[in-house]
Amino acid sequence: MSSITATGTIPAAEPAEKNYLNVTTTFKSWALTHDHKRIGVMYLVTIAIFFAVGSLMAGLIRAELTSPTGNFLESETYNKVFTAHGVIMIFWVLLAAVPGILGNFVIPLMIGARDVAFPRLNLLSYYFFVGGGLLAIAAVLSGGVDTGWTFYVPYASLYSNSQVGLAVTGAFLAGFSSIFTAVNFIVTVHKMRAPGMTWFRLPLFIWSAYATSLIVVLGTPVVAITLMMMLAERTLHIGFFSPELGGDPVLFQHLFWFYSHPAVYIMILPSFGVQSELLAAFSRKRVFGYHFVAFSSLAIAVLGFLVWGHHMFVSSQSMYQGVVFSLITFLIAVPTAVKIFNWTSTIYKGTVRLHAPMIYAISFMGLFIIGGLTGLYLSTMSTDIHLTNTYFVVAHFHYVMVGGAITGLLGGIHYWWPKMFGKMYPDRLAQITAIIVFLGFNLTFFPQFIVGWLGMPRRYHYYYLEPQFQPYNIMSSMGASILGLGFLITGGYLIWSLKFGAKATSNPWGAHGLEWTIPSPPDLHNFPTTPIVTDDVYDYEALDAAGLSGGVVAPQGVS
Amino acid sequence: MGNFPLAPPQASEFAHQIDPLFYALTAVCVFFGGITFLVVIYFSLRYKRGTKADRSNPKHEHLPLEISWSIFPLILALVFFWFGAKQFIYAKTPPKDAMEIYVVGKQWMWHIQHAESGVRENNTLHVPIGRPVKLTMISQDVLHAFYIPEFRIQYHVVPGRYTQSWFTATKPGTYHLFCAMYCGTQHSEMGGYVYAMKPDDYAQWIKNGGNDPQPQTLVERGGSIYTKMACEGCHTEKDTIHGPSLYSLYGKTRRFTDGTTAVADDAYIRESIYKPDAKIVAGYIDTMSPYVSGTQPGAISEEDMLALVAYIKTLGTTNMPLDKSLSGTQRGVTPNSKVPGSARVTAVGALGFEKDNPEANRLRNGKPAVGALGSEN
Amino acid sequence: MAATGAHADEHLEHGEHEGPLHEQYEDIDQQNESYIVGMWAFLVTEVMFFGALFVTYVLYRTRYQHDFWVSHLETNTLLGGINTTVLLTSSLTVALAVRAAMLKNRTGVILGLIPTLMGAVTFLVIKYFEYAEKFAHNHYPGPTFIPPSGAAKGPSQIFFSMYFGMTGLHGIHVLIGIIVIGALLYLWYKKRPVVTEDYVPTEMVGLYWHFVDLVWIFLFPLYYLIPK
Ligand code: HEA
Ligand code: HEA
Ligand code: HEC
Ligand code: CUA
Ligand SMILES: [Cu+2]
Repeated sequence: MSSITATGTIPAAEPAEKNYLNVTTTFKSWALTHDHKRIGVMYLVTIAIFFAVGSLMAGLIRAELTSPTGNFLESETYNKVFTAHGVIMIFWVLLAAVPGILGNFVIPLMIGARDVAFPRLNLLSYYFFVGGGLLAIAAVLSGGVDTGWTFYVPYASLYSNSQVGLAVTGAFLAGFSSIFTAVNFIVTVHKMRAPGMTWFRLPLFIWSAYATSLIVVLGTPVVAITLMMMLAERTLHIGFFSPELGGDPVLFQHLFWFYSHPAVYIMILPSFGVQSELLAAFSRKRVFGYHFVAFSSLAIAVLGFLVWGHHMFVSSQSMYQGVVFSLITFLIAVPTAVKIFNWTSTIYKGTVRLHAPMIYAISFMGLFIIGGLTGLYLSTMSTDIHLTNTYFVVAHFHYVMVGGAITGLLGGIHYWWPKMFGKMYPDRLAQITAIIVFLGFNLTFFPQFIVGWLGMPRRYHYYYLEPQFQPYNIMSSMGASILGLGFLITGGYLIWSLKFGAKATSNPWGAHGLEWTIPSPPDLHNFPTTPIVTDDVYDYEALDAAGLSGGVVAPQGVS
Repeated sequence: MGNFPLAPPQASEFAHQIDPLFYALTAVCVFFGGITFLVVIYFSLRYKRGTKADRSNPKHEHLPLEISWSIFPLILALVFFWFGAKQFIYAKTPPKDAMEIYVVGKQWMWHIQHAESGVRENNTLHVPIGRPVKLTMISQDVLHAFYIPEFRIQYHVVPGRYTQSWFTATKPGTYHLFCAMYCGTQHSEMGGYVYAMKPDDYAQWIKNGGNDPQPQTLVERGGSIYTKMACEGCHTEKDTIHGPSLYSLYGKTRRFTDGTTAVADDAYIRESIYKPDAKIVAGYIDTMSPYVSGTQPGAISEEDMLALVAYIKTLGTTNMPLDKSLSGTQRGVTPNSKVPGSARVTAVGALGFEKDNPEANRLRNGKPAVGALGSEN
Repeated sequence: MAATGAHADEHLEHGEHEGPLHEQYEDIDQQNESYIVGMWAFLVTEVMFFGALFVTYVLYRTRYQHDFWVSHLETNTLLGGINTTVLLTSSLTVALAVRAAMLKNRTGVILGLIPTLMGAVTFLVIKYFEYAEKFAHNHYPGPTFIPPSGAAKGPSQIFFSMYFGMTGLHGIHVLIGIIVIGALLYLWYKKRPVVTEDYVPTEMVGLYWHFVDLVWIFLFPLYYLIPK
């Protein structure tokens, strides 16, 4: 066979074949691997650990908030717990999760490349990520950090009596890790595409990963240097931001959000990409309005750099600045709306199969719409006066980050799991768990909208002045238990499947795309020869016409 | 438990402006968000594999659709932007004739001074209804945010620069004052109450130098005098070097430096205040100066003495008044059990913050932000 | 490049691949283009890195016009000027080295890189004397800071914070430059095929060094030549 096309003319591989997982087994062969697939798996394991730690912190927060005067923590400890929760979840889970795990694993496969452009840089990026994470863990273990994930000065620079230095250095390393990954993806997408893989034949996941990488390259250096200035002020007393030293604390906020607003799109765009893949694969249909979905990612990436001031409406930035930021924030809702409506139309007249990844995709739609629309309350300047710094904001960002980004991640993991490990998980159990997660999530975070609207400030350990906040907090904590249970079950059956799962064929979902034309798990070098792409992206008509949908309508190997 | 309020009370003019916008947003979001999600679910079931549905001629691109679902949200968005910005600008432009109040935030309390009268208070804010009130705020250390949910106002309080906010209260009542910007360990305890009063009551309150104008019980009046005369400077919940604790004093047998004893009854308490050197409590020296009887400033009239004694009798018992208006930090609830009663000490002079927590102030370099405010007005 | 099992093993164990073409690429052109695109992406991050500092500088400078002017009198224009010349010259020599690399002229490369390296070292030595002067006058921000006469303490301290922050970060880049140029020189001297058969590594180092030079071209007027 000389060439493969995306329609997948390759029959399933012979089972005894060596694959990337077992071709070598020494520890060193993993620790020093240059293989993008192995690095993806390493990210998966690492991020799962960080997610568990961050979730444990969330569990503590919710347990503490069931009573207005707290249950078992000191205020100082509570502050350290929510800081650790936010810092770990943002810097060591979400910013790296989809690009690190799914991006590394599937981008080269999707574009028909042997590896990313700079495999060694990729490995270095992983170690920066782990190194930074270890510093953060060290910060937590050696006393904790109590600044909140935003590190606002002058509290973080001059007043906080905690391990700010370790945490910030960790975040700095994680930032470089994501810069390396982004540079790698940009070059890979530009230069490593297989012959015939034109820009408009790229799966939408690639488009969104590309847009994400642009944001990372442009934004991350700014936060890196800003955190360094803050740290210099803290350790060396070289003043940059504190009024005591002649500086301006609001400038820090500008620099911080200049990155950290785009960063929220770094978190959500890759999941948008996953969402497009899932909806196409499980509706067996092209993504509606491919070009609009592709370019809306770029529009979000660009506009995302112009709205940071919406985090600072009441921070004493100029009123007119605020007006401009508010306007552009509203504009950015439009490309997002375009995506939502195109996805909805993708399902229309499709042939829908409700496997677990599709349940996650549907749940993503529900949760992200709520999260995104409540963003509008916050970008409306006058309502933000009341809502800023309250639980309304907390609910908003959990809806977009957990309901959106994490749900997308889970959907993607369920979708590519057979490809990554060659094993099927129990699909029915996974579907039920996805629904448990959906319900638990809403029970956790919907009450927070109400309690925020009632005026409960965030980062509050005690709320004894307003005991009527309590019922909502109890609901939220109950929801968190259900949500936590859902996550535990998910982790459980995924690990179970590694050993006991049925063997996956090369294309268990009957999906379209280069990654589904090679064996599961893939060979170390991905493709026996460089594939030549001859058909359009998501061309399910061609796939069906070639008779390839037969036998793949149910995931193979599922009893 | 068991009660689920769905909206915060509306107690200012802004509340009546902002809330309609909030509910309009809610209506639009529930409607469009709801429809979109329902459509997603409907399609997923309608076109589920195996169902008989018309799947002919699926479209993959449709320009008119794309344009319409870009334009329509855009218009809605612009409408909300417009009203939001308009209201925000209004909320940022205090009227010229507004009453002025100065606010200083520090870890972890609010110092408030009424500009016209000079009356000061801590962690409470008394305002008249129907009159615009302008707040000029500054922080002495880190960032804080002055937040009164029932008034729908919030603004950051920043070190090194003044920020402003204003409101017109519309409904008499007791509301909440929060610090909404994370500021360190006791961020969640940095707050108190806002009292919106009828203009007459407010005028009376100011005239009383910040004491509650409402008819008071004897004990409550005693408490006010206790605060006004700054007895707390020496007598706190625990014995200190400044003075013995007066908690649970009544009825106890007291031992004096000369070895004699006496039971602390009403007369003893009165004597201890008018003639402290008559009997000196063992372990102390005679640092308490005698208070004269009379009505001139600094004196304690016999009438007041009655109230004072009545109040001291309740200290440390369950009858102790918890009237928050006495002073904001005297909330009676001190969940931070590590420093019981410490709040009471600081309640003395509104601006006597040099005393407490030197660590938090270590970088102030003797530049009290308050002084700056004081000289401004 | 067939993917036999044995080959794969060897690759995983050693990772290092002698010779210029790495195995993830189809051909040398693809590899070179990838390197250049990657290098430019990296330079964009560098621009944003310094960009944040430049923005901060501009904001404080407009706020504290006078104090910045007074404080800037303390920087040594003569030493700064010399350093500017040194860096510009080294930029020229590295350009010559890159050209020689394209022509596969080993002697030319080495003759270009040696003065570049010397220039970089000279720059840091001069910078050391400048810093020492500031420390001697207690112009180093911190508890012991003493502002130059005529400047307010806070704003002047910000000036020196920015000065040390930005020139310090630039200095770190020069230091990295010294390491990278030194390594490149060594590889050329040893006639390693990585550099001799492919000019792109040399060109990348050249790009980096031009960038470092360019940053200084902006720093010099901002700290040494503020107009009244
Ligand atoms: C994944 C992360 C993510 C995403 C995608 C978003 C998306 C958006 N966010 Fe959010 N946001 C955060 C994460 C995110 N946010 C975080 C972490 C914070 C808090 C940080 C902190 O302080 O700790 C925050 C805070 C935050 C604030 C500051 C609040 C405050 O502190 O006062 C604001 C204000 O404007 C805002 C707005 C928005 C808007 C308008 C969007 C938009 O992009 C949403 C667009 C989506 C839709 C609009 C829904 C889909 C559209 C339709 C169904 C069509 C109908 C549409 C219309 C009628 C317009 N966000
Ligand atoms: C990826 C990002 C991410 C994710 C996944 C989550 C997940 C969750 N978060 Fe988090 N959160 C943030 C990002 C994220 N969060 C950020 C950025 C902040 C702001 C921090 C700041 O202000 O600086 C924040 C703040 C934040 C707060 C506000 C704290 C405050 O302001 O005082 C709360 C409160 O409810 C909360 C809750 C939760 C819950 C219940 C989950 C759930 O999804 C987690 C579900 C999992 C479990 C519930 C754990 C399972 C249970 C166990 C493993 C055992 C549990 C043990 C005990 C009960 C003792 N989060
Ligand atoms: C300068 C500090 C100081 C101030 C102000 C002060 N006291 Fe005292 N007080 C003391 C000291 C010291 C003692 C113990 C010595 C003594 O008995 O004279 C004391 C004793 C007392 C006693 C007797 C206590 C006992 O344990 O037997 C009473 C009652 C009392 N004070 C009431 C008051 C009241 C009421 C005020 C305010 C109007 C007040 N004090 C203000 C320092 C002070
Ligand atoms: Cu002050 Cu929070
Ligand atoms: Cu934002």
